[in-house]
Amino acid sequence: MKNLREQDQQEFLQKERNIFTSPLQRRSFLQFAGASAAGIALLAAGCKKDRDDHPHTNDGSVTLDFKNDFGILNYAYALEQLEAAFYVQVVNTPYASMPANEMSLLTDIRDHEVAHREFFKNALSTAAIGGLEVNFSTIDFGSRESVLGTAKAFEDLGVSAYNGAGKLIQSADYLTLAGKIVSVEARHAALIRDLISNGTFADNSVVKDNGLDTSRAPGEVLSIAGGFIKTKINVSNLPS
Amino acid sequence: MNIVSILAHIENVDGEIYERLSPRRKAMKEFFNFGSKVAVAAIPLAFGTMLKKAYGQSASPAVIGVLNFALTLEYLEYHFYNHSLLAAPGLIPAGAANGAITTIRDHEKAHVDLLTGAITAAGGTPASFTYAQFDFTAKGTFNAVYSDYPTFLAVAQAFEDTGVRAYKGQAPELMGSPYLEAALNIHSVEARHASHIRQMRKAPGGGGVDIKPWVTGANDSGVAAAAPVYAGEDNVVQAGITITNINGQDVSVNAATASFDEPLSRTQVEAIAALFIK
Repeated sequence: MKNLREQDQQEFLQKERNIFTSPLQRRSFLQFAGASAAGIALLAAGCKKDRDDHPHTNDGSVTLDFKNDFGILNYAYALEQLEAAFYVQVVNTPYASMPANEMSLLTDIRDHEVAHREFFKNALSTAAIGGLEVNFSTIDFGSRESVLGTAKAFEDLGVSAYNGAGKLIQSADYLTLAGKIVSVEARHAALIRDLISNGTFADNSVVKDNGLDTSRAPGEVLSIAGGFIKTKINVSNLPS
Repeated sequence: MNIVSILAHIENVDGEIYERLSPRRKAMKEFFNFGSKVAVAAIPLAFGTMLKKAYGQSASPAVIGVLNFALTLEYLEYHFYNHSLLAAPGLIPAGAANGAITTIRDHEKAHVDLLTGAITAAGGTPASFTYAQFDFTAKGTFNAVYSDYPTFLAVAQAFEDTGVRAYKGQAPELMGSPYLEAALNIHSVEARHASHIRQMRKAPGGGGVDIKPWVTGANDSGVAAAAPVYAGEDNVVQAGITITNINGQDVSVNAATASFDEPLSRTQVEAIAALFIK
């Protein structure tokens, strides 16, 4: 009897936890995860032989080691590389009949993401991972729906990634820098959402009843982003 | 306030929250039974007591101070929007505009409830403000705030952009505390609000203001009185690295300022908020 009650309680709690994984997010996760089998290799801590701080390896892969702030900044650098590459192509090959207003906004976003990418590259200096090769084969750059849908996924992902990484950062200065960037990503996310459907800037697919935006742990973020990245990413000391 | 959601959220920060709350989960069950019998208004207090028991210690006065500072701002925003919806008929156009302001009002209310619960949990005394304690005309600077829609939106933008800067400035003060992640999650919500309010101002009905969803330069609001809200937003150097045309990229001064939002100190934010508190 007692065991049954405990089981009920467990199921109840599990169900409530799932509030944080809305059906929509789940679908997009599966979509992204299925987009490419290549991309990401999650290595358990300690499995990797090469434990030095040098992020480059001979096979062209990069390594994100979450043991310190360099790993977290490189993680952000990887995401900014992905976003910048996406918007560079969006602006270079605009979708059919892109209105001037949307071209202007998307060009601004491209410039912001390029600024973020180059900032991390310079800030990390010799500790920076190499340039990532992207895979946008699932995106139809001629289609407004495909481009804005991908932009929304990337921006919401970026916001949740920075939100989830904040507590892992050890330096107050880096935490502030991450904060300076994440709110710009959130401004992008809201704008892209409003372009798709006005009024969805902070709907309940990202902001829950308690008024809190979404956080994602690095492992989940990299699983999603990995669908768009050709370069193999080795991960160690992944925070739970 | 959705307590179960908050617990689930805390679980993200502290995977053992349920075990902390009750190793045998009995108290959890008791709490939910209790919660179903008491008035909603009493829940933040009970929730706080539960959390305090869970963490077994009070937060430092510094952390409680930060949370109360945030709570004051949330009350400011909540009453600002709530009054516009309840007591200023015709101010906000029906349809999309009303829907957006309602969404934002509801988020601010949720933040008030969440912070009230968190402060109580930390052993502190949460601040509390009624509408009557605020003066949203800022002592006459915005006399038309509840009669002129573009003025209302201009003040809304100032509040949202201030909120973003305020949370950003306090993040380092919350390092190592269980409240950092929640503060970051509120921070990005305020930025989403700011982005949308700026788009509302850009629409013809909102004033047709030439403005972007992101902050460009030292005061892009078009409202001279809002200058303190945007002080320092024209910064183009981050961690000693100049962002303008970085590494030969075509990054304009405007893009360099807009690509990074700047923090405000607590003193700076309190000076802005003081204009609206009687």
